[in-house]
Order: sequence, then C-alpha cells, then structure tokens
Amino acid sequence: MHKLLQNDPGARILLLGNEAIARGALEAGVAFATTYPGTPSSEISLNLFQIARESDLYFEYSTNEKVALEVAAGAANAGLRTLCIMKHVGVNVAADPLMTLAYVGVRGGLVLISADDPNMFSSQNEQDNRYYAKMAGLPMLEPSSVQEAKEMIGQAFELSEQLGEPVLLRTTTRINHSSAFVDFGLLRKPVTKGHFQKDPLNYVTVPAVSRKLHVKLLENLAKAEAISEQSPLNRVTGQGRWGVVCNGVSYNYVRDAVADLELTDKVAILRIGMSNPLPAAKIKTFLAGCDKVLVAEEGEPFLEEAVKALAQEAGLTLPIKGKGEGLFSRLYEFDPALVRGVLAAYFEVPYTPPTRLDLSGVPEMPARPPNLCAGCSHRATYYAIKQAARGMDTIYPTDIGCYTLGFLPPLSMGDFVICMGSSVSSACGFSRATDQKVVAFIGDSTFFHSGITGLINAVHNNHNFTLVILDNGTTAMTGHQPHPGVDMDALQMQGYHHVSIEAVVRAVGVEHLTVIKPFKVQKSIEQIKSALSHKGVSVIISQEICTLYARSLKTLKARPFQVSDRCKNHRTCISELACPAFYLEGEKVRIDANVCVGCAVCAQICPENAIVPVKAKG
Amino acid sequence: METIRLIIVAVGGQGNLLASKILGEAALLAGVPVKMSEIHGMAQRGGVVESAIVFGPAHSNLIADGEADLLLGFEPSETLRALNKCNPGTTVITNLAPLPPFTVAIGKGTYPDLDRLQTVIRAKTRQLIAFDAATLAKAAGSILSLNVVLLGALVQTGLLPVTAQQVQQAIRSKTKPDFVDLNLNALDKGMAAARKV
Repeated sequence: MHKLLQNDPGARILLLGNEAIARGALEAGVAFATTYPGTPSSEISLNLFQIARESDLYFEYSTNEKVALEVAAGAANAGLRTLCIMKHVGVNVAADPLMTLAYVGVRGGLVLISADDPNMFSSQNEQDNRYYAKMAGLPMLEPSSVQEAKEMIGQAFELSEQLGEPVLLRTTTRINHSSAFVDFGLLRKPVTKGHFQKDPLNYVTVPAVSRKLHVKLLENLAKAEAISEQSPLNRVTGQGRWGVVCNGVSYNYVRDAVADLELTDKVAILRIGMSNPLPAAKIKTFLAGCDKVLVAEEGEPFLEEAVKALAQEAGLTLPIKGKGEGLFSRLYEFDPALVRGVLAAYFEVPYTPPTRLDLSGVPEMPARPPNLCAGCSHRATYYAIKQAARGMDTIYPTDIGCYTLGFLPPLSMGDFVICMGSSVSSACGFSRATDQKVVAFIGDSTFFHSGITGLINAVHNNHNFTLVILDNGTTAMTGHQPHPGVDMDALQMQGYHHVSIEAVVRAVGVEHLTVIKPFKVQKSIEQIKSALSHKGVSVIISQEICTLYARSLKTLKARPFQVSDRCKNHRTCISELACPAFYLEGEKVRIDANVCVGCAVCAQICPENAIVPVKAKG
Repeated sequence: METIRLIIVAVGGQGNLLASKILGEAALLAGVPVKMSEIHGMAQRGGVVESAIVFGPAHSNLIADGEADLLLGFEPSETLRALNKCNPGTTVITNLAPLPPFTVAIGKGTYPDLDRLQTVIRAKTRQLIAFDAATLAKAAGSILSLNVVLLGALVQTGLLPVTAQQVQQAIRSKTKPDFVDLNLNALDKGMAAARKV
C-alpha cells in the first residue's frame, strides 16, 4: 500500500513537503486531481498518480496547466472536491480560466496549488504569485511548515466550499522540498460521483451574466475578508512595541531571529497565513500597538504595500519598512542569518554576524554544471544538426526541458527561451524578421503542452524555419511523467489513447516532415540537411527513448564502449559531445563502462574509428 | 537543548537523500526535533545535491553561510566548495575518493590536489576527518553503502544528538531488508575510520 494511504491517525511519519500536501488532500477527501508537472510541485502529483492506481481518486496529467484547471473546474462544478497542481509559471498558462472561474465559482471545493520558486532553483523566473489571488479576487493561503502545509489543504477545501470559490494555496520551494515529521490525521472517504445542475444564467459568462457574477465575486471577497479577520492563520505571537509582519517560511526565520537576538519581550509577530484578502482590521490593530514595524516577505513587497496603505487609512504614522537598501531584497530567497541581520539593523540592537571563513588560499574548484546524461538522445540530435547547419548563420530558439541544457558548450545549441512553447512561436518572429536560418527545438511533452498552436500559426502564416521535436517518449526533466504521446502500456496502464506526434504534425499541414533516429549519425545529418533546405515550415521528429526512462522501465540494455589503442588523441569525442562517460587518465581519453550505455555516437564520429564495444566477457 | 546544524553535500546518485532520511528517523527515535531542506533539482543530470539538517528547537530548515556546525562531504571537491557554510568552529568530514566533474575531462577546470585540499580545510576549521569512504564501502560489500560509511564517521564525532544505536535502528527500519546487514557493516567501518583519523 502507498505510504500516504495508511489510515493510521496519529502516526508520525517523515515526509517531504510535497508528500505532506498529497496526504493533506487525501485527508480532506479529494476525489479528483489534475496537473501539469513542474518543479517544485512535481512530487505532489507523482504521489497522487501512484495513489490513483490503488484508490478511488481520479488523477490525470493534463496536457497543460490551462487544460488542468479547466478539467478541474468541470469536476468541481459537478460537486467533487478537486485539487489542481502546478508550478508558479504554470499559473500564467492557467490564468485565463482562473480569472473567470473566480466569477463562476465552484460547488465542490477546488484548491489550486501554486508552487513558487524564489531563487529560481529550477525555473525561468521567480514571480510572486500572491498577485494572482489579488487580481482574481480569490482567497490565498500560505503555509510556514510541512505539517501546516498538510493541514492547510483541508482548510482550503473547507474555505472553498464555504465561499463557493476556488482557493489558491501558495507554497515555495523550501516548503515543497523540505522534510519534517508529520502527524497523520484520518483519511476521509471521497465523494467520487457528481451531478451538474444546469444554471446557465450563472454559468455561461456572456457579458450580462458576468456583470452580475462580478458583484457576487466582490460579495464573496467581503465574506472572505471577514473570515480572514477571524482566522487563526493570521495570528499574533509574542508582544512588544516592535512589530514584524511576515508570511510563509520567513515566519520561521523571524521566530529564530527574535530568539537569537533575545528580543522575545520586545517583538510582536503577525504571521499572515491567509494573504488574500488580508485581515485589514487585525493589521490596523497590530500597527496601533507598535512603535515601528518591519515586513519580512520573500519576493515582492505584497504585504508591505498593503500594510502601509492600511496604516494610512488608520491615520498611523509609525515607520513601516520591508524592502530597501540595507533591508530586504526582492531578489532570491531569505535565510536565517539574513533575516537576523535585517531585524538587528532595523531595530538597532547589537548583533555580531557569524564569523565567515576567510576563503583565501582555497584552491580553485572545477565547476560541476548539470549535463545531458550519457546516452542522451538530445546530445546526438544536437550534434547532427550542428553538422548539417555548418556554415549557416543560425538562430536556435529552444524550449523548456532537459534539452535546454544543450545551450551549454560545447554543444551551444540554444539561443533563446522564455516559456513553454516559445521555441515555435518565437521562431516565427525570428525567421520573418531576419535572413538567418532558424532551427527551433521543443520536447515531446512541451510540444503537446503549447507547441501545437505555434506550429499551426507557422503553417498558416507561411513562416520559414525548421522545428525539431525531441521525442524521448516521456516528460523527462520533471521525473518521467506521461504525456499524450506516451505508450501507457509500457507503464502497465490501460484505458488511454496514444496521440501520435507525427499524425498531429501532418494534420496541421506541415509539408516537409522527417523522422530521424539520432543515434544513426550520418543518416540523420543527411536527412536534416534536406529539412533545412526546405523553404517554409519543415519539421524533424527525433525519436529515441530517454535513457534514464529506459533504465527505470528496465528496457535499457547497456553495451558499453571503450577507447582502443587506435586513439590518436584528437579528442573529437570529448570536445564535440561532452558526454559524461568520458574521463581523462593522464592524457588518455577513457570511457567509464559503468556510465556508458552504448549509444555509439562517439564511435561514429571518431576520426580513427578507435572507439569500439567492450568485448563481452567470455 | 542546543540547535545543531548539519550540511551534507554530494553528487547526484551518491545516496545523500537516504542518508538524511536515516538521520531524520534516528532523531525521531531520540525525541529530537528535526527539519530538513534539500535542493535536488538537477541531481540526476550530474549536479550537486545539498541537504540542510537542523536538529533541535530552531524553526528554520535552512542553514546560512558560516552557520553549519558540521559539514559532511561525499566528494572532496564538493566538500571544499561548501566551505562557505563553515566557520572556525565547524567539524568537517569528507570522503577522499574524487568524482571529478566533466569540466575537468574537457579541460575547463582542474581538480584540486587532495593534500592541499585537506591542509586548507584543516587550517580553517575546528577539525577535519578525511578518509577514503569509497574503499570502505566496497569492503562492506557495495559502493552504494558510501553514504552509510560516512554516516558512521558523522555519528562517531559525538556531535549529533543521536546515538549509534538509534542510527542502527533507523537503518533496520528504513533501508531495504536485503541491505540491512551490509549497511550496518558500512556504519561500523565508518565509525572505526573516524576513530583512527
């Protein structure tokens, strides 16, 4: 049985934040869950995906976040408790349904998890999604610990059903990827079958209906504010004439800083756990009891600006600060020493920062950047395209996935990326605006996510570029989640249809389509040359399973290679491919047989044919 | 009780996360609050995995630069890279078997000299416990037990609020049944190595 399905209330289990969130959803009786995977949210859905195979939960990997939220909106309006999970930038994709779903509301509880990533550990930006709650007019909850994250899911469902509105739950990486002991509660049996009650004058958002629904949304927001005023999620701890307002993980750093600086009798802390709508009266009362207030929040000055506005309304003139020179930054994430230092400086208390080591004389360390795996098909595809495009003035718009790593030298295949799907559409712009040869890269999962509309645009507007779809049969980067093009039989899962990328590309009217097997180097180069010379939109589908995925499916048959005596040390293999299976032994190139899987790309490009299979042991 | 802050650094695939989990379970047995935080986004793509483990009453699960009481490195150059987490009172434990990053192979970096690496760490911190944990892991039966060998050395310092018995019990309950004996053996080897150093 899945460890999160144990009906063992009171058990204390070490859980990752994301596991605690999944458990919280089960304890809240979640019946329906949708997602598109994205770090740092991915383990929430990975656990629910596994759990759905042994319980009544319906779970799906939707094609993108907009689809995930719309599917969830249907289920929740049929009355089911529904969870929708995505990373912060995923909410951008889902923003269209979100803004109007707020008008329509929900019947069964709907909780949307936005997993934000301050410091961009695995994201293209560090946007602060608290503004989505404000913009949509929806409640938002923010946990400060792993245990609280589990409890808050249940509270979010209750709140959602009480108001008839979706509720956002915002985490940050330091909640998702933290572990702590969590106390299990009772599992609640979900209601798994709903019924939709027709009510077009409240569901069909033509202008006349929406004008009425906006009024309802504002009424709900007012109800939510009354709840926020009473909610223990927004709570004052400690007492003193100095105040700190904080949220999320900052609350932990503030509590530790107050203890470390011995300020427990001087500082009152207002922890905001419901960040929209804010408890205006509670904040004004808090401010009225303080001489000076500091706002500690990662990201944007969301609370700070609200608190300052409330002080103005209340006619209070005390100093209130948060972001600024010598205080907090809008950049990156906080840590305990940073918060301690700012508290000490702002409240002017003596503080000696920790003794930093003098790092002079420390030998230089070689960088350890992430790299495409040994036997990764993307490396082979990039190499072949580089050869085929030799001498051309190229632009390589790329996209989001493992293959983004191809931008690093020596491959250096990746010139522009902004968001999921942008490779295809930006290629339209680059090719029209320049005379350069544009070759765009997109992964299979990303193609389904948001590449298809861009490709249709390209065909219709007769743009001129080559799109390379890197089809490795899985959503590799986030941990091998399925997508519509995945063979679900390989996962022993029935009841799915397979969508062929090739059929989609043909159906949208692409005239020049080539399917390559990238481990056949010479043949691939010839096929790519033909595609590159086509005037108009040409598509290359490069098919080869992700080597890590093959390993996890136990279908990988590694046949490692070795460097023979014929090697004359050209090092073409190392300098062109940068495969991590290579290492140097003195001045000699060697292949680590434990790492090599035998893609044989290096063997095909070696000018001396010096790379040969390791002979089978006799 | 006092708060004890431990940083573990490793290269993806070295079993850092299981080591953290064993320590967490041992802390539960000891009745010591524990919070952990890890960054493992690109671990499978050859990147670095860093775990912060905070034992005791602190609420934070992050460890700021200069604030680690203990640094445990699974790979020597990564131990060196994490030195910014240390202060003059930090105890450092490191494996001495290198896993050179690919940048070294393509001539974009030089692997630091191991003697110099140890001299530098020893000079700047409270103490350094350095030994070849890979050889000990292989002697215990599998290179995969490298993480547990290093846990043994960590426990031997006596600086953690958990006992060897609690770690052994955590190994029995949290590692795969077929590997329990091997891991217990690896733990002993790590403890013995730290006694000798």
